[in-house]
This record gives sequence, C-alpha cells and structure tokens, in this order.
Amino acid sequence: MINDTVITDEMILTTLENGVLTITLNRPDRLNSFNDEMHRQLSAAIKIAEQDETVRCLVITGAGRGFCAGQDLNDRNVSVGSKAPDLGFSVETYYNPLIRRLVALPKPIICAVNGVAAGAGAAIALAGDLVIAAKSASFIQSFCRLGLVPDSGGSWFLPQLVGRARAMGMAMLGDKISAEQALQWGMIWQVTENDQLATTVNNLAKHLATQPTYGLGLIKKAIHSAATNTLDEQLNLERDLQRLGGRSQDYREGVDAFLNKREPTFQGK
Amino acid sequence: MENNWILSQQHHRVLTLTLNRPDVRNALSTPCLELLVKHLEHAQTDDNIGAIVITGNPRFFAAGADLKELQQQTVASAITDKRPQVWRRFAQISKPIICAANGYALGAGFELLLASDIIIAGESARFGLPEITLGLIPGAGGTQRLIRAVGKSLAMQMVLTGETISAEQAQQAGLVSEVCVDALTLERAQAIAKRIAGHAPLAVNAAKAALVSAQETHLTEGLKLERQYFVSLAGTDDRQEGIAAFFEKRSPQFTGR
Repeated sequence: MINDTVITDEMILTTLENGVLTITLNRPDRLNSFNDEMHRQLSAAIKIAEQDETVRCLVITGAGRGFCAGQDLNDRNVSVGSKAPDLGFSVETYYNPLIRRLVALPKPIICAVNGVAAGAGAAIALAGDLVIAAKSASFIQSFCRLGLVPDSGGSWFLPQLVGRARAMGMAMLGDKISAEQALQWGMIWQVTENDQLATTVNNLAKHLATQPTYGLGLIKKAIHSAATNTLDEQLNLERDLQRLGGRSQDYREGVDAFLNKREPTFQGK
Repeated sequence: MENNWILSQQHHRVLTLTLNRPDVRNALSTPCLELLVKHLEHAQTDDNIGAIVITGNPRFFAAGADLKELQQQTVASAITDKRPQVWRRFAQISKPIICAANGYALGAGFELLLASDIIIAGESARFGLPEITLGLIPGAGGTQRLIRAVGKSLAMQMVLTGETISAEQAQQAGLVSEVCVDALTLERAQAIAKRIAGHAPLAVNAAKAALVSAQETHLTEGLKLERQYFVSLAGTDDRQEGIAAFFEKRSPQFTGR
C-alpha cells in the first residue's frame, strides 16, 4: 500500500549524471499536464538545480508521448453555473515563480520537447535556453479556445521569438505548430528525428556540463536582459557581466589552454 | 570592538562597514545599532576617512529590528527607549554614507537606508516597511523619510500594506540612485565612495549639510543655509587648490583645510 502511494506520487522524475540534471514531467496518462502537486514536486526538483553546485546543465522533458499539456483541466472544478474561479491565484502561486526561476537559473537549460507542448506547457518549453524538438512534437497556444490568455510568459516569449504577427496568429487561433514550422520561425533551436531526440539532447547536455558554467549563466542573463534594456543599458550590463566573467577561474583556464594549445578543463566557476 | 557584528575594513579613504549577523538576518537590535553608530562616530573623527560604505550580505541588507526587544516593550519603556537617541546620532554623521544593498532591507534595515545619503541596490534588493503587519508602525523615520523620497501614494501604499518593492521600482521612485548586478553592488558603492572621498573634505561636508537641510527646512531658509555653507568655504585652502588645479590642468591635492 505504502509502496503504491510512493510510485503514483512521482509526478516528477529526476536523474543527475555527469553534471546533467534531467527533470522528467511524469503524468504520461494526462500528457504531463499540471496539477498543484506536480507543481510542488517540480519546484523541489528545480531547487536541486539551483543549489547543487555539481549540476551544470538542466534538461527538462516529458514522459510518454507528450511534453506537457499545460494545466490539467480535470483539476479545474468549474461548470457553467458555478462561481467564477480566480485563475490568477494559480498563475501567481505556481506558474509565474516557475518561469521566473527557470529564467534566473544561472545554468543552461535544454528543453527536450518530445511531443505536444500546449498552453503553459508550450511556454515552459520556450523558457528553455536551447529548445530541441522531436519531429512529431508540436506547440499549441490553446488558451484562446477557453477565453483565456497565454500565461507562464507565453505572451512574452512568443513575440520575442517569432515576431508579433506570428505570435498573434498562434495566440488567437490556437493552431498546432509543427516542430518543423517552429524551427523555420526561429522559435526553437533544433529538430531531430523522433528516435534521435534523447541521444541529441544527451550529447548536447553532456557538452554543456563541461563548459564554463558561470560564463554561460552570465550570457543567459545578458540575452534575457536585452529584451527590455535600451542599447545604452545593455552596454553597461555587458561591461559589468564581462567584468565578472573576467574574474572567473574558467576565463583564465580558457586563455591559458588556448595559448598553450591544449584542451581546457573548466570547473564552472 | 567587543564582537564581530560589524566588520570594518578601510581601503584608501573609504571605510566599509559590513552588517554581520547572518543567523538573525542582520537584524538591527539596539546593541547592534549602537555598535554601528560607534563605528560611524569613530570614522567621523578620523581624518583618513572621507566616506563610509555600509553593506550587508547577498541575501539580507538588514531584515528589521529585534522582534524580541519589541515584544518586551511597554508604553513606559518605549517612552524612555534610548533607540531614538541612537538614530539621532546616526543622522548627525556629517561624512557621506553610501549603502550597498543586496537582498532584503526591511523595517529598521530599510530605515537605515533612508537615513543614509546614497543607496546603490543590487537587482535582488527588496525594500519594505512590514511593521504594520505586526500591529505597529515604523519608528525610525520610515513614515517621514520615505514620503519625502518617493511621494505620497507609494509611501502610503508601502507603509499601510507592508508589502515590499523591487530594486527597479525603488529606482523609478527615486529611492535608489543605481541598480547593479548583485555581484558588483558593493564594488560600485565603494567606487562612488572613493570618488567622493577624493574631493575636498570641507566641501563634501558642506554639500551634505546643505542637501540635508533641503529636507528639513523650507526653500527660503534652505537657500540662506546654502549661501552660508558656500561662503564658509571661501577661505579654505582646498578651494584655492581646487580652482588652481583646474586652471593648471592637474589633479588637485586637497589637505582638508
């Protein structure tokens, strides 16, 4: 009985290997859609990425045929006659902190989109630094069909990534965008054959986990800040971040290795 | 001094004081506040110090007063409390105080920032006066200095809700002068302090006094005071030196006379 409970409770699986923390959204029968408990488990898993120094790359993927279908509507107990719910509460309590933490994590994040990424699930996929999708994966901004708004940063990421015209089309029509289309539009980094996704992501994650992690964190900050900074502010930020990068051990290791024509060994600091 | 609640470090003419009680989130108990003021008063009399930087740690600048002290307070003990006197001594420091704030500055910690001269905030900084949530109100200038710095609506909102604001909001409101990357906040504050400490000490002193008087008097009186401070510098060696160095295109050598 106790064992059964433990197994069914694992809505998030984590493995840590070679500096790569892999978080798998694990409610395959519900296309890995979120309920409150899954949010809490995901939050705990992200804490590992935040606090464990040996983690130098984070991979997020989904179990089964989907990546993440967003909010589980079975968890939304509403009917036509019932009192209107406060969806802002769930956004503020779960989705917004999640996206803020992913964006602020000073380590590279790869989202391995193995199947459908819908609603908040699409936003979470796009919050990754490098998004790799299997050919059969798709992205859907499904909110418009229910009278809702793309949340979890969806309305911010989309125009940043694909421009306003395409963002509007996706958000207002809720059409399914194929992985190939997403790649053409510049929404994601790479598309692989379905059976190649795991290997591709694995190799990339392993590579990133040997790179100057601290510097990658600074790059992430610079790129994210660019969306809201003026050129002048961004130049100042680059100066500050470069100052920090120059003080890292990895910078000196990198230069030394280059000058001595050897392979660098980065510590991520 | 008797414990390590305040770490003190001098580099050139800049004294850096670090609030160092991480186990209690740098809470400003009365003894801790007193110790800080003792350090400041010591710096005040040291001619080798031109400016002071106060900082905390990455997560907390200072998270308020000591709640246990407040819990034990009665009306009688509040009336005779020596804490207001300690704050007055803080406000009387005539050398510039630059604060480098990362993380939380709440309650008394925030009031310390308000009582200082320049605030440089890290991106992670959050400012607030949560006293109202405990059934009390700010008691060290929070209601007075905040409204002068940011105006009525935001000051009322912060004091009455007890909710914090971000570094970015604080800068927009004019509460902090610069926001930097967390890892560089202290460095930036020290660079500003170093720049100030390189100017003629008497002029810096007079400038700070004139600026402080702007908050304490009406315009006509303030202008009169400013004129007096201006005139008081006329006979100083450093004023001659400053102007001479400008014409001779060289760096001035100030002596503090």
